[in-house]
Amino acid sequence: MSGGAKLRVRVDQVVPVNDLITRFRFVALDGSPLPAFSGGAHVVVEMDDHGTRRLNPYSLMSDPEDRSGYEISVRRDDQGRGGSLFMHRHVTPGMEMVLSYPVNLFALDSRARKHLMFAGGIGITPFLAQIAQLAHLGGRFELHYAARNRQLGAYMGRLTAAHPAQVNCYFDEEKQTIDVRRILSMQPIGTHLYICGPKGMITWVLGTAEAMGWPKPALHHEEFLAPGTGLPFDVQLAASRKTITVGTTQSLLEAMEAAGVDAPYLCRGGACGQCETIVHKCDGTLLHRDHWLTPEEHAEGRKIMPCVSRFEGKTLIIDR
Amino acid sequence: MPVKTSLTPVDAPSIRSRPVYAALEPRPGSQHLIVADGEGAEAVIEMLAKANDRSGLLATAHVMYTPGPNGSDMSAALEALGAARFHRAPTIPAMLPRLQLVVAAAHMGTQFYLAGTEGLIGQAQREIMATGFPFAAIQKEQRGSTVRRVQCVHCKGITENVATDPFRCSHCGLNLFVRDHYSRRIAAFQGVNIDAEDPGLVPEPVVRFK
Repeated sequence: MSGGAKLRVRVDQVVPVNDLITRFRFVALDGSPLPAFSGGAHVVVEMDDHGTRRLNPYSLMSDPEDRSGYEISVRRDDQGRGGSLFMHRHVTPGMEMVLSYPVNLFALDSRARKHLMFAGGIGITPFLAQIAQLAHLGGRFELHYAARNRQLGAYMGRLTAAHPAQVNCYFDEEKQTIDVRRILSMQPIGTHLYICGPKGMITWVLGTAEAMGWPKPALHHEEFLAPGTGLPFDVQLAASRKTITVGTTQSLLEAMEAAGVDAPYLCRGGACGQCETIVHKCDGTLLHRDHWLTPEEHAEGRKIMPCVSRFEGKTLIIDR
Repeated sequence: MPVKTSLTPVDAPSIRSRPVYAALEPRPGSQHLIVADGEGAEAVIEMLAKANDRSGLLATAHVMYTPGPNGSDMSAALEALGAARFHRAPTIPAMLPRLQLVVAAAHMGTQFYLAGTEGLIGQAQREIMATGFPFAAIQKEQRGSTVRRVQCVHCKGITENVATDPFRCSHCGLNLFVRDHYSRRIAAFQGVNIDAEDPGLVPEPVVRFK
């Protein structure tokens, strides 16, 4: 079974945090402690949306030392493919659900002398778990957290109350921007930078850091991509001897799964590399949307990440 | 979990832990900490010649230098470059406390350039790494003497400037074979007793490191 071992859980709490964000707490169905995780880890939540199977990754935001339950926060995306809407509209306390085991693609580097964190909007969730972890282990950190306005700044109150000297909040609607250059110029050697938020913010902060001489191994980011929509296309699956059609709102990975092909995956957001697939023949254009393959690999066109990437053209044959 | 890392691109080493080196390149940064010994000075001079903004780099550079184990002393040439700060130390051990202070006060955005013997490079890298700065982002170019800093795996004593293989441990006296196996944490190659099974049966030492 692809995606690793599964956790059977019950929804324990559903708590509206603000107009867009709702928090969910899961406990093990048999009441036993859940597997340990480290700050920055995510789980893939499986949803049965009235016959449509949806699998969305969400960062774990609860204290990693609390194994009595897992908490995630979900931002409602009214223009999305439906996963967050399903969570907001149909998930209620007592419901049974299936989660993947936690996977961490955004771990703290414990060798760092200091952890410098940048969060945009719902991108705050992995940092909540990381900050809880650092509070136990005594690590030094500094957080810069931007939200659209005070109402949408989820968890800002509890963060600033617990860590007044480390947490800095910014509000777009009050024309407050993070002075990235000034902040980056003041960090002691051995600082590692972590960013989770909208794509534009990640590009801006990482680009500024690199231009200022920060080395890539000290820069960490996480951004889960939604698969995105596009024109339907046909794919030949060489190993399975099948030809399938990927629908407009379906990902290539989801189309393979719907056809009964057990393809590997973990994050389903273009980040982890697990679903990397060899392209045997491509008469057309691969629409790469992942950030796993290098720009050179994207240009070569010999590999595709079926969880987020698509195809336009005549013939696509992949090794699956 | 597969992780993609970009290390210094060079030929594959004989053994995974054997350090590999590449030519120093000027990189953008707010400060430039340059540490060299012996002929490493030449690598520094060549790196500066490649810089688009040579005077800007020198105006924010701190150069620390010590003569090589072969006696090679190019401190006059390095001092003449006109870096913002230049310090000549008599030996590597005398240089390290100063390096520790400079690194502790440095900020992200600093570029590190190490050049010369593997002993100097390894010990300077260890001080920088101790802060959490990624070792793969520290530039290193080997020049001049190839004598090795070797730790005896039996008594743990370190012998500097090892030229022959095998050699006698300067601490416990065992005959040691010099491996390519390297420790970044200890900044030394590994020396293993060569006549453990047949004491006294020791191959003729050969000068492998000059």
